[in-house]
Amino acid sequence: METKNLTCINCPMGCSITVELDKDKIISVTGNTCKRGEDYARKEVTDPTRIVTTTVRVTGGRSAVVPVKTRQDIPKEKIFDCVRELKNVQVKAPIRIGDVIAADIAQTGVDVVAAGSVEECAAAAGSIEE
Amino acid sequence: MREYDIVIIGGGPAGLAAAVSARENGIESILILERDDRLGGILNQCIHNGFGLHTFQEELTGPEYADRYIRQAKQLEIEYKLNTMVMDIRPDRTVTAMNKTDGVFTIRAGAVILAMGCRERARGALNIPGYRPAGIFSAGTAQRLVNIEGYMPGREVVILGSGDIGLIMARRMTLEGAHVKAVAELMPYSGGLKRNIVQCLDDYGIPLKLSHTVVDIKGRERVEGVTLAEVDQNSKPIPGTEEDYPCDTLLLSVGLIPENELSRGMGAVMDPATSGPKVNESLETSIDGVFACGNVLHVHDLVDHVSKEAAAAGRNAAAYVKGSRTVKNGGGKAILLTAASGVRYTVPSTVRPEQMEDSLTVRFRVDNVYRGRCISVYFDQERVSRRKRPVMAPGEMEEIVLTKEQILGCPELETIRITVEDE
Ligand SMILES: Cc1cc2nc3c(=O)[nH]c(=O)nc-3n(C[C@H](O)[C@H](O)[C@H](O)COP(=O)(O)OP(=O)(O)OC[C@H]3O[C@@H](n4cnc5c(N)ncnc54)[C@H](O)[C@@H]3O)c2cc1C
Ligand code: SF4
Repeated sequence: METKNLTCINCPMGCSITVELDKDKIISVTGNTCKRGEDYARKEVTDPTRIVTTTVRVTGGRSAVVPVKTRQDIPKEKIFDCVRELKNVQVKAPIRIGDVIAADIAQTGVDVVAAGSVEECAAAAGSIEE
Repeated sequence: MREYDIVIIGGGPAGLAAAVSARENGIESILILERDDRLGGILNQCIHNGFGLHTFQEELTGPEYADRYIRQAKQLEIEYKLNTMVMDIRPDRTVTAMNKTDGVFTIRAGAVILAMGCRERARGALNIPGYRPAGIFSAGTAQRLVNIEGYMPGREVVILGSGDIGLIMARRMTLEGAHVKAVAELMPYSGGLKRNIVQCLDDYGIPLKLSHTVVDIKGRERVEGVTLAEVDQNSKPIPGTEEDYPCDTLLLSVGLIPENELSRGMGAVMDPATSGPKVNESLETSIDGVFACGNVLHVHDLVDHVSKEAAAAGRNAAAYVKGSRTVKNGGGKAILLTAASGVRYTVPSTVRPEQMEDSLTVRFRVDNVYRGRCISVYFDQERVSRRKRPVMAPGEMEEIVLTKEQILGCPELETIRITVEDE
């Protein structure tokens, strides 16, 4: 039998929740004050997921990087694979919010989309005036 | 001299929401002055998600949240000037600003809305002994470098201060390949959201050292390491608890203060508890026709609250310009709003019943972590409300709502007190 301790993030109470597991089966969830805590703990223990946000290099734009995010949450253990793959991605300005930057990132079936816009740089190099 | 009905200083979420709301309340001539090269303020560098849950029922990133308001402002054809630094505001509401194309210029404003946001506490205020080598950054500066300039300030990192920016940067630097060795927090509790502690530290196995501080910084040219020590109840380092952490970078996330040089220069009465100007129910400062909202008024943790507060400032400024207000600044009966035991401050600090909208949201912060207590509101000696709060912390803003009806019902009322009480 295995126990896992976690902190519920759903409200400022921040209850400390203990989950008892037998292999992959949840035996008990204790320490939560309300149902939301139990739901959270069950998901965190069996299938933890996160939205990943990072930046991707841009060429020919008014910024060096563009913020991006996974369109949905992806398995927690794929976070680093996702970020690593995005390190090798370079996109060309202009970029609009919502543009797909990388499809099916780290074989999660989830796309990475732009979370910011970058306008084209008027001159390829040199300073830009408003 | 050019004239505008409303001039807004700062084009962050507060400035944008104030502009949109003023336009929706019938003001045509509005100008936003922004010193940065884009609208959106600090949100442009906050690329993590978690913004807008209240306003849009969606978890947006900072730039996406800003974009919603920028699009609205553009749709409403609100005028703005970028790369424009406001240098001075006179009590008669002449605004002096500067940019490369216009040089130095002055504008006369029917009403002014202050929305300059906040800045980070300087490290000089930190009192850390030793040299000042390269490699010490405020967390916000590091955030800007990584998320906007695409530049990593270091590889081996220690963070002092567990406010949300410090926590967010611990994760951000880790994802970019840095090794974050510890986050040290002087207080016995973190100033950051639970969610950030779990998703930014626990997810990556980064230790949070509560009741710890930096007692020494090693290295002359570049940071080579820092020494952390545990502190006692009086925040004094306990001898013998020192631990060395080799690192090349120290990030400081030790708090934000409203950016109020302009407000002070104008002679606005300031509130020492918030470091922002004192305001009445209309979010108007002690200077006639000058309003304030967002982080320049008091530091917010949720941008949704900023947008709401700024919309109120925009409405009130519009009413001021249209002359639809009956009482002048400083005139009329004013009820004092005070922060009593357990409460650090309230915004606003006075209420004039005649000028009040049907309801008024009063925002405040508690001064410590409280479990199982109540928030009580007293009208003079009489308790008028009491709400149980399982947990309250200084890092999370609280609010109560007062109604005009309730206040008009007590014609003799002089002071409204908000306090933390036992059950
Ligand atoms: C690092 C960080 C992380 C955050 N994370 C979250 C989060 O996860 N979720 C959430 O809901 N909230 C978060 N917040 C809070 C929220 O983003 C802020 O409260 C909000 O952006 C404040 O808006 P503002 O318009 O008052 O200030 P700002 O966004 O700072 O805008 C002020 C603007 O005024 C301009 N300005 C200042 N002085 C002058 C001058 N003299 N002349 C011309 N222009 C001037 C500045 O350039 C700036 O653009 C975070 C805040 C920070 C700092
Ligand atoms: S279990 Fe319920 S009460 Fe406890 S932190 Fe989670 S949501 Fe809040």
